[in-house]
Amino acid sequence: MAALRVVEALGGNRAVRHVLRWSLACAPVPRRTAAHFTFQPDPEPTEYGPTQKMNLFQAVHSAMDNTLAKDPTAVIFGEDVAFGGVFRCTVGLRDKYGKDRVFNTPLCEQGIVGFGIGVAVAGATSIAEIQFADYIFPAFDQIVNEAAKYRYRSGDLFNCGSLTIRAPWGCVGHGALYHSQSPEAFFGHCAGVKVVIPRSPIQAKGLLLSCIEDQNPCIFFEPKILYRAAVEQVPVEPYQIPLSQAEILQEGSDVTLLSWGTQVHVIREVADMAQEKLGLSCEVIDLRTILPWDIETICKSVTKTGRLLISHEAPVTGGFASEISSTVQETSQRSLQKK
Amino acid sequence: NKAISADARTMRSARDARTMRSARDAKRKGSPLRSLSDFTSLEEKPQFPGASAEFVDSLEFIQPNVISGIPIYRVMDRQGQILNPSEDPNIPKEQVLKFYHTMTLLNTMDRILYESQRQGRISFYMTNYGEEGTHVGSAAAMNHTDIVFGQYREAGVLMYRDYPLKLFMSQCYGNANDTGKGRQMPVHYGSKEQNFVTISSPLATQIPQAVGAAYALKRENADRAVICYFGEGAASEGDAHAAFNFSATLECPIIFFCRNNGYAISTPTSEQYRGDGIAARGPGYGIISIRVDGNDVFAVYNATKEARRRAVAENQPFLIEAMTYRIGHHSTSDDSSAYRSVDEVNYWDKQDHPISRLRHYMLHRGWWDEEQEKIWRKKSRKMVMEAFEEAERASKPSLEHMFTDVYSEMPPQLRKQQESLMKHLKVYGEHYPLDSFEK
Repeated sequence: MAALRVVEALGGNRAVRHVLRWSLACAPVPRRTAAHFTFQPDPEPTEYGPTQKMNLFQAVHSAMDNTLAKDPTAVIFGEDVAFGGVFRCTVGLRDKYGKDRVFNTPLCEQGIVGFGIGVAVAGATSIAEIQFADYIFPAFDQIVNEAAKYRYRSGDLFNCGSLTIRAPWGCVGHGALYHSQSPEAFFGHCAGVKVVIPRSPIQAKGLLLSCIEDQNPCIFFEPKILYRAAVEQVPVEPYQIPLSQAEILQEGSDVTLLSWGTQVHVIREVADMAQEKLGLSCEVIDLRTILPWDIETICKSVTKTGRLLISHEAPVTGGFASEISSTVQETSQRSLQKK
Repeated sequence: NKAISADARTMRSARDARTMRSARDAKRKGSPLRSLSDFTSLEEKPQFPGASAEFVDSLEFIQPNVISGIPIYRVMDRQGQILNPSEDPNIPKEQVLKFYHTMTLLNTMDRILYESQRQGRISFYMTNYGEEGTHVGSAAAMNHTDIVFGQYREAGVLMYRDYPLKLFMSQCYGNANDTGKGRQMPVHYGSKEQNFVTISSPLATQIPQAVGAAYALKRENADRAVICYFGEGAASEGDAHAAFNFSATLECPIIFFCRNNGYAISTPTSEQYRGDGIAARGPGYGIISIRVDGNDVFAVYNATKEARRRAVAENQPFLIEAMTYRIGHHSTSDDSSAYRSVDEVNYWDKQDHPISRLRHYMLHRGWWDEEQEKIWRKKSRKMVMEAFEEAERASKPSLEHMFTDVYSEMPPQLRKQQESLMKHLKVYGEHYPLDSFEK
């Protein structure tokens, strides 16, 4: 019997429930903002020059600042980006680079992405913001039927490779149905786009700069719960973190734990718990790019550990874990049966 | 019906357009935050940020005027006579001949490719019957470097830009000469050299894209504009709304060119909209708009020429609604006699056709005669047939092109799928039409 186990992202919700129960019992004031994870900063990078303490929104801001500085064609647009954005990601950029480069659009997501495609088709760098990933669906047609297929259908006569769509993503504790969604699996089924999700400020800046530079339309999901919560030393100058490459955060030999976004911090904690309470050595991997995903790194890890647990916030049925689990079963079947 | 004058009508007068613009300029230039003095006036005047208007003290709803709509601009009548000499664009003979050659060559290509589909030689086709004038008149008024975004019934624009017959045919056959690598259905043309962005099937998606491209051109500051074509049916899509609004608020040098041919497949315009067509929507978005006779190539030319001039000079969008009639079936998968009368179609084909109207004009000028007509018909047919036969003989593209261009590079998992197909064909190749594909 295959020892592969795929579970959904209960970790986070359970943690919240525990806190709630505890606080109702022990304290008179419930803590609405209790986090379901502990952010673990990475060590300060040394290879990219001076660094600065940044949270995730500041790292995203820094990436766009770098881009506007070096690429005169680059423009940033979306709902409410001009005054700095509802999450502060574009603060000051309009004053620094001009009204024609950082501007508000009418409130219309299909228009924002269609417009962004057109800017890219004309050869300029196009950075579109969708205010919440939950509201990307009105632009689904423009992303799936248009952006993703532009190069292929034209025989590479035209492309919208210089388009990047950024959107706040994931649960935030109290976002309910339309300020919490993780729609990556909807796009994971769409050949032609890249889907990227960072776990931290350093990752956010490096991966976002790669998305902007990449010759393919990219969707960059920013875990909004980390916008202010995650702080680490981030290089001030531009640098890139390659797409379609997972990162092994912790080497282990008994089980592979795989996730992306905020949930990476949850599985890091789980790895510590497993070590402490069960004496298990966990290999912790951040997938980083959902599409095209790094099959090689994951399969290599599972070949070594023989066990895999994938965790994401999004719903189980049709979630991206299904894609990963079936691929790993197909590719690393023998290693899984061994255990 | 006096109420409509408050809306669509007033916007059409140049004076009011100017007033509106200067009001807009004033707003744009000033700080978005109003000063305190704006709010201390005792005067009873509206202060709402959302509109600039006076109060009225009687209840009156604004009525749309659909009975007497925006008038249809014409330069020549059905006999090819110029109606108002001051509107005559005085296009030189050589260029008028090019208009005519393009329209008729397109018509000849349409007939041959339509027939070829009926015989099962290509899988699909859409003719341009009755709308040749809208293509040629507008294409002639734009610069070659202006970017074109189309729907699918604008092959005449490409033809006016001298797109080779061979490439039209290659696309329809999906052969190895197709610059699109045989991946899309027939009539989904595209050309980098002609600045004609590749057509896609989803309706209206190109409209907001065209606005984005126009915005990028504005920033380049290179005397270039965008023209974007769509049918009146596509104008019902959400993307049309997005585009009109974005183009106005972001001040883009774009011409929206709507071909209103009366039908979206089987759906008549009475089931498509209840306002005064598409042109009447323009002013609602703050877009300067006009309606033209789409069977009058000079009217189309004049409107497009002036719209282009102003769009580039003033960085603002223009909307042209060209009234036409879709003489052919919607496509080769449609039999239009199931929803409209043959008499109706015949009227437009025989009594009011853009090609015959221009021919009348040329005959009056002594630029054309029956003999030349005969020679040109023969010659154009020969050109089309030669390209047709060549396209039919050519092999299909190499199979590897099924996998390239999905991304700029080929991801490993896609390469694996490609290898998997090749392995499969080594064993089961006899069950596939491999001989018709390039090796």
